[in-house]
Amino acid sequence: MYPFTYIKAKTNKDAIAAIGSNTNAKFIGGGTNIVDLMKMNIEKPHQLVDITSLDLKKIETLSNGNVKIGALVRNSDLAYHKTIAEKFPMLSKALLAGASAQLRNMATAGGNILQRTRCYYFYDTATPCNKREPGSGCSAIKGYNRMHAILGTSDKCIATHPSDMCVALSALDAIVHVEGINGERTINFLDFHLLPGDTPEKENVLQQGELITAIEIPSSSFAKNSTYLKVRDRASYEFALTSAAVALDIHNGTISNARIALGGVGTKPWRAKEAEQSLINKKATTENFSAAANVALKDAVTYKYNAFKPQLAKQTIISALQMIGGNNG
Amino acid sequence: MFNKEDNALLDDNKGTTRREFIVRTSAFTAAITIAKYPVKTIVDKINQPEAGNVVVTINVNGKSKTLEIDARTTLLDALRENMHLTGTKKGCDRGQCGACTVLVDERRINSCLYLAAMCDGSKVTTIEGLGTEDNLHPMQQAFLKHDAFQCGYCTSGQICSAVGLLKEGHAKTDDDIRELMSGNICRCGAYQNILDAVKEVQNA
Amino acid sequence: MDSIIGKPIDRKDGPLKVTGKAMYAAEWNIPNLAYGITIQSTITKGHINNIDTSAAEKLKGVLGVMTYKNAMQLHTLSGSDPSSGKFAEKDLLPFQSERIFYNGQHIAVVIAETFEVAEHAASLIKVTYNEEKPVFDINQPEAKIYQPQQGLGGTQVQVKRGDAEQGMSNASTKIEQTYNTPVYHHNPMEPHATSAVWNGDTLTVYDATQSVFGNKNAISTMLGIAPDKVRLISPFIGGGFGSKGFMWANSILAPMAAKFINRPVKIVLERTGQMFTCAGRRSFTIQKINLGTDNGGKLTSVKHETTSETSFVDEFVEPAGVATKMIYATPNLDITQNIVRLNKGTPCPTRAPGEAVGTYAFEVAMDELAEKLNIDPVQLRLINYAEKNPDDGHRFSSKNLKECYEKGAQSIGWSNRNIKPGSTKEGNFLVGYGMATATYPANRSKATVRLKLYQEGNAVAACCTQDIGTGTYTVMAQVMSDALGLPIDKVEFKLGDTIYPQGPNSGGSQTMATTGPAVRAAALTVKSKVIKLAVADKKSPLYNQTEDAISVDEGKLFVTSDNLKGETYSQILTRAKMPLVETEITTNVSTRETQKSESNPTTKQGGEQGGQGQQSGGQQGGSKDESKDNPFVKQDQDLDRSNVAFHSFGAQFVKVLVDPLTCMIKVDKVVSIMDVGQILNEKTAKSQIMGGAIFGIGMALMEGSVYDENTGRIVTRDLADYLVPVHADMPTFDVQFTNVKDEFISPVGARGAGEIGITGITAAIANAIYNATGKRVRDLPITPDKLIV
Repeated sequence: MYPFTYIKAKTNKDAIAAIGSNTNAKFIGGGTNIVDLMKMNIEKPHQLVDITSLDLKKIETLSNGNVKIGALVRNSDLAYHKTIAEKFPMLSKALLAGASAQLRNMATAGGNILQRTRCYYFYDTATPCNKREPGSGCSAIKGYNRMHAILGTSDKCIATHPSDMCVALSALDAIVHVEGINGERTINFLDFHLLPGDTPEKENVLQQGELITAIEIPSSSFAKNSTYLKVRDRASYEFALTSAAVALDIHNGTISNARIALGGVGTKPWRAKEAEQSLINKKATTENFSAAANVALKDAVTYKYNAFKPQLAKQTIISALQMIGGNNG
Repeated sequence: MFNKEDNALLDDNKGTTRREFIVRTSAFTAAITIAKYPVKTIVDKINQPEAGNVVVTINVNGKSKTLEIDARTTLLDALRENMHLTGTKKGCDRGQCGACTVLVDERRINSCLYLAAMCDGSKVTTIEGLGTEDNLHPMQQAFLKHDAFQCGYCTSGQICSAVGLLKEGHAKTDDDIRELMSGNICRCGAYQNILDAVKEVQNA
Repeated sequence: MDSIIGKPIDRKDGPLKVTGKAMYAAEWNIPNLAYGITIQSTITKGHINNIDTSAAEKLKGVLGVMTYKNAMQLHTLSGSDPSSGKFAEKDLLPFQSERIFYNGQHIAVVIAETFEVAEHAASLIKVTYNEEKPVFDINQPEAKIYQPQQGLGGTQVQVKRGDAEQGMSNASTKIEQTYNTPVYHHNPMEPHATSAVWNGDTLTVYDATQSVFGNKNAISTMLGIAPDKVRLISPFIGGGFGSKGFMWANSILAPMAAKFINRPVKIVLERTGQMFTCAGRRSFTIQKINLGTDNGGKLTSVKHETTSETSFVDEFVEPAGVATKMIYATPNLDITQNIVRLNKGTPCPTRAPGEAVGTYAFEVAMDELAEKLNIDPVQLRLINYAEKNPDDGHRFSSKNLKECYEKGAQSIGWSNRNIKPGSTKEGNFLVGYGMATATYPANRSKATVRLKLYQEGNAVAACCTQDIGTGTYTVMAQVMSDALGLPIDKVEFKLGDTIYPQGPNSGGSQTMATTGPAVRAAALTVKSKVIKLAVADKKSPLYNQTEDAISVDEGKLFVTSDNLKGETYSQILTRAKMPLVETEITTNVSTRETQKSESNPTTKQGGEQGGQGQQSGGQQGGSKDESKDNPFVKQDQDLDRSNVAFHSFGAQFVKVLVDPLTCMIKVDKVVSIMDVGQILNEKTAKSQIMGGAIFGIGMALMEGSVYDENTGRIVTRDLADYLVPVHADMPTFDVQFTNVKDEFISPVGARGAGEIGITGITAAIANAIYNATGKRVRDLPITPDKLIV
């Protein structure tokens, strides 16, 4: 780990000012990702600004029914929060499907959004990686890519977005609140993360020194009937091979609204809007779920070791939809 | 060769109680040499720390300790290397095994990914703070009874995690306990016995 | 008297472990300790061109950087026996040249005042290389495959019996299949660690090792100093599973580094990367199996050809065919072993080396054969049951495998198994049942034990062996307690320090079977001495009794026919003004086929006793070895074992659930019925078997290391990418033992249980998955992607 100076911020303004225009400064919240990356010499901040004392730990229901989650709410507190568990089961389940109880006790909502890929080669500084060292090349495309993305990839990077929570947030049309030197703004969650394109090192639209302060989830008719299904090689404490956050609004057996987002397959949390549309006004049947799953994966591009992912992702979608839509043949 | 005292300590401690064993072995190590380079750790007076260092006050197992340490020091390394509380284990140093689990302000966390600097003012409970050999914590007692360990290296983390789990109160079934203990890897494979131990304390 | 043998008592070392007080290698509070961080090669073959250490050396707190340019010269170690010292890579003594044989080879140690500074400094070292084209994949044209002469410890790896080709052509039913197992990494929870302290010309090493004596010997040889100048201490080891059986570079680099900076140095391998490159692994295997039977399912011929890997700096063979030669009766057999040298680190033993992967392939092949024959898999095993060792025709010391099959089938509910795969459902899940035979040799070797009975009425025995979580501290205390007639809390067993007399290394499941009889003989010798004192003493109530008329219980010696007539050990020794009575005993019996004739004293001319004329290595000296003409040693060693084969057996039964959509596999229940002789402690023995099964679940479902196909560098380099089972993967267990005392292995009657639990289990899981899904996956691990339609 490279040396750094450590300061603890007392207010949002202090924290933002402490970073300012210093591109070698970083916020630290739960620390579960940044400390890991610092140990690997992937992140080398000269200054760490501890934001854990900031007043960003509340979960509140706004007057419009939306729920606003402070950026420093720990993953476990968020998952078990009554409002979240009742109104947004997919979010609660996605959180509990991620990491371990200990890590969830540490990790914050804001930090989860910013967590970086678990690509083997990104983590191994002895190997080329365009995300870590722009221009050095991608070791995964011609290397071992079983865990890698099949959607949203580029010829520079095929790293999978690792978060479970973000898959649910993308299905729920969340809004990210940020604060910077120039004041506050909001970013639609679907616009928050960037595709790798030619600049895989740039992962989101945050500007220098901006602090995530909250995540807002709009109230909806469908979120209550939702779930998150994660497929992996072992039963717990592992990143997804494939996962699906799904919600269905069903009236008289007909789907009026649907949400499908995928994890483990995209270079960012992957929202499958076209697949959702294909379900509208359809019956909740396995046949229709299967057709929607085909739509969701139609643009998949596979590599040597992840050719199984489109089919597994489809079956994950079908299984998840069956859980909330009934298994109707 | 080794001095007589050293040999006596490890060889002829007839019928030692475990407590004596510890006292004697620590006396043995102390007998080797005397520290020439005192690593600056527990400080009496807080002066301006050296560049790159931080001064933190942590309540560890009920005792307040003030340390001047490298800002890079994790809570895990601060416990093991600076405070010589080696009950907390380093298994992976990356949050991937759970051997380093301790309770910070009564919540279980991975101390390997937690900077000691961030613990200023916190209350930390390690395996050493749960109970002693003569006065075992109920979870320690249950682990012993159910043979919930073999090599013992993941054990401190498992026990701290189990204590944290019960405090959290979300585990209702065997499968819940299994899922919520999954952040603690036991390579010897004592999982079934750990489950039995946790259940015994939960139902007590 | 109610014997303590077999009782599920709590571990003697348990209180230390549950309170965090057990001291592992990296935890000794050594004054003035410096921290060493090792750096590894990032190329796979070639030479170091330059190591620029200047930036690192400039950092405040850095004490030195040791490389091949400035490291001390080491002496070559030729041994290959881990009990007497086996360095894992004999042709790659660390830091002796600029040559690179594999990616991840140690090339420098940075030593600093603190861990943080050392880590940072390590990242500042710049290395340039002259790269050469490596061979790291068996499919490369440069990869040369050859047949090794023998395996570890002289094991036969090329075995022929009858005429396998003829037997195959006579068969009415045949199968031929190839099975692949990946590279597995042991991943004990405690990373390899060594702390070294020089005091003048003597060295104390705190090491994490399964061979305390072996490492001491290897270290002293490599350093070129007398063995008695080195003391190695290792009372607790955080798991090994074979990875700490051979000595790895960290154990010698720490003493070198400590000499280099003239201060104590601690080196701990990092889990990430280092534990996956410099601490051994289980080789991949490619196993081709041919089975032929007659109409009734009787094997007429068996062929088992294995290919595994080794390095360019040593030869280690993963002998997957080793159990095939004795598991079932067959007149014709051909076991072939190939290995290929690759630019990778050297593999080493991993829990049941050979058997773990060999029984996977062979027992799946048996399942395939059973299906082809339309015979129940259990029935097929019974048809081919070997009453005698098929390898040499010798009787088995004790074999109760039929009972294991019977009990296992009953416990799992074998009758619920539908012979047609993919036809049973529970809710949404496909259900499958599978079984396999478990087997592992019952090894025993040489141990010396020193035992002292004190006037205060307690006893301490010591032997330099290990407790790697296997329960040595506890079961040896039980053997002492039983033989001395002392309560368990009055006895203590010590290990893990070279000041004690030499015991076995922890390998081949031999620790308990080897040390137990020596502990027993020592205890009986001391008891006998005290009885002799008493019966000769007019003041004793036991005066003039014959020795065999006296019993001991709870520390009291009494006339068996009149238990009111007696007195305690304490009373006898107090009156005799003896502070203690002691002995040192060696038992030396080898049950290994390859070593039986050489080292079994019973077959030696003149019947030389094991301990005679040998300094047992305990640096204290003190006690004289009293094995010669010792009745308890004779009783054990004079037993004719020349026509006896020593193996343990068991039956593994598994039920799995498979989700037909996500293809996630859940092992629902594991039943292990084990025939491992007398059980010394039911609780620790069960833990061993469950632990083996869980290792097997990992092998079957998730474990497997991957090397980059372009560079040869390991890809799955931490515990996030190399998956081992977690709590949530757990089935329910039913572990039972036949608990039949093995009269041939030793008077204690116990065989080891550390490794047999991993044998057969992987096959049982794979067979259950086939039964559930109809998909026969022959490449481990069986992950969801391999079951997808």
